Amino acid sequence: MKEVYKKPEVLKNPNFHFCPGCHHGNVHKLVAEAIDALGIREKTIAVIGVGCGVFLYDYIDVDSLEAPHGRGLAVATGVKRARPERIVFTYQGDGDLASIGMGESVHAANRGDNITVIFVNNTIYGMTGGQMAPTTLLGQVTTTSPYGREFQRDGYPIRMAEMLATLEGVALSARVAVCSPKLLLDAKKIIKKAFEMQIENMGFAFVEVLSACPTNWNMSALEAMNRVKEEMIPFFPLGVFKERKMSDVF
Amino acid sequence: MSKIFIRGSEALSMAAIDSGLRFYAGYPITPQNDIPEFLSRELPKVGGSFVQAESEIGAINMLLGASACGMRVMTSSSSPGISLMQEGISYLAGSELPAVIVNVTRWGPGLGGIGASQGDYHQATKGGGHGDYFTPVYAPYSIQEMYDLTVKAFEVADKYRTPALILTDVMISLMKETLIRRFPEGVSIPDKPWAFKEKMEDKQKIIKSLYLKGNDLENHNWKLYRKFEEMKKSEVMHDCYHCNDADIIIVAFGMVARVARSTVDIARERGIKLGLFRPITLVPYPEEELSRLAKKCKNFIVIEMNLGQMLYDVIRIVGRDLNVKFYGKPSSYVPNPEHLFEKTMELFNL
Repeated sequence: MKEVYKKPEVLKNPNFHFCPGCHHGNVHKLVAEAIDALGIREKTIAVIGVGCGVFLYDYIDVDSLEAPHGRGLAVATGVKRARPERIVFTYQGDGDLASIGMGESVHAANRGDNITVIFVNNTIYGMTGGQMAPTTLLGQVTTTSPYGREFQRDGYPIRMAEMLATLEGVALSARVAVCSPKLLLDAKKIIKKAFEMQIENMGFAFVEVLSACPTNWNMSALEAMNRVKEEMIPFFPLGVFKERKMSDVF
Repeated sequence: MSKIFIRGSEALSMAAIDSGLRFYAGYPITPQNDIPEFLSRELPKVGGSFVQAESEIGAINMLLGASACGMRVMTSSSSPGISLMQEGISYLAGSELPAVIVNVTRWGPGLGGIGASQGDYHQATKGGGHGDYFTPVYAPYSIQEMYDLTVKAFEVADKYRTPALILTDVMISLMKETLIRRFPEGVSIPDKPWAFKEKMEDKQKIIKSLYLKGNDLENHNWKLYRKFEEMKKSEVMHDCYHCNDADIIIVAFGMVARVARSTVDIARERGIKLGLFRPITLVPYPEEELSRLAKKCKNFIVIEMNLGQMLYDVIRIVGRDLNVKFYGKPSSYVPNPEHLFEKTMELFNL
């Protein structure tokens, strides 16, 4: 019989703690598949931000370091400079990377540190119970924007992938989604590419993944998946905003 | 061993490199800038990394990452920058990662001024960051100690897997004295089996400070506490100058202690039996040594370049029954020995 699918070897078998319909599980699996496909399990170090993704080390069997909230890319800079031979990635949410950690994120990108970033954007603070995030859409109701996000009071949602694409140090900046089989396959390719670029010493590789949080959006899993398509993608367009080619580097 | 004539900041930086420092991250702030300037020049020569971070928050977290890889790491800053690092210091303590943090203090609060001060004693010794933890704190008072205590701080940080602080000021940092460079060939660094190596070893390593299950966090806190108890037994350092027959003992640390040595000499020339007790480790504090002195000598004067911080530790240790005076000077001008002599005489009505 031909094997058409198997669980990535680097994935462990923990008690699954994510809510039904949450996309963290999908994103974890795509990261695991990239690690397996590139054969970099022994070389990989995960730097994990604070949020629902903090237990990544219970799912993915690689050396792991927990960063303070927002500081993932400063921590990863230290790791990569101390161990340049290892493959370092951060796994961070929108509150972590784009709010409290904006300074650390932008400067690591600008330095062009040779790190892969998986940025999970679900437009909300998941672990703390559904507060407004820097990526919360206008009009979106959260526990701290009970009347909906208003730009006069709260500013606009931040488009990280586009913003980082303007920086010289960035080798790859892309936005993907995992809300349909087709988009999931596209996301898989880009995430793998973001690791490959690090192996090739190309510089900072950033992948934003639009992700559902049904629990804090007060939606069913299916409704949440549809919201990604109908509300998030129009504001956060998918695509590759910057991609450095080999010839640009050498 | 030959002697060299060198600044405090250079002695400290040289000691760091001799101790095997290979990763430094920091952010510009006066008056500690000579340390990153020295290291940005010297670290690349020994194959080390120097990073000018985007902020002190960035710097301390870069240390966290490099330390997890087993590298000897250091940052330096001055008071406001150290405030920003407190979050990271708490995480280093919680994650049990060694690092050396140098505070060339300035005068606060807020932006304050850039002169010498001891206003950060409370912050350095009583935590600073959140949570139930202790960090060893070294207070050098000479250029030789800037070197020796830096070597010691790296050793202790590794031994106990803890951040260690060096609390100094602009006077000691910019003063020049002769130095015996004890380890020009470098020191030997212990193996760190817990750290991330060239590749993953037989099983996954997780370095973290989050403990949510059962009694894990309580056990973790007890573990940190036991380490501190061990430090109290093995790592306390102090210095006594004419304490044995003293009628009055000055308690001072760092720059003030340096000045107070001369004050003791002035008093002794006039037949007044003054002594000096100097804690070298502010954490763990030399409690036993001080309380032993308090059995013989009943008069103490605590002198600090602040308005009374170490004072509370001294009162706690010697007890309220003794005659404990205080003289503090919240100023960038380091008091001179004669001034301290006059104030001491005044406070004891001599």
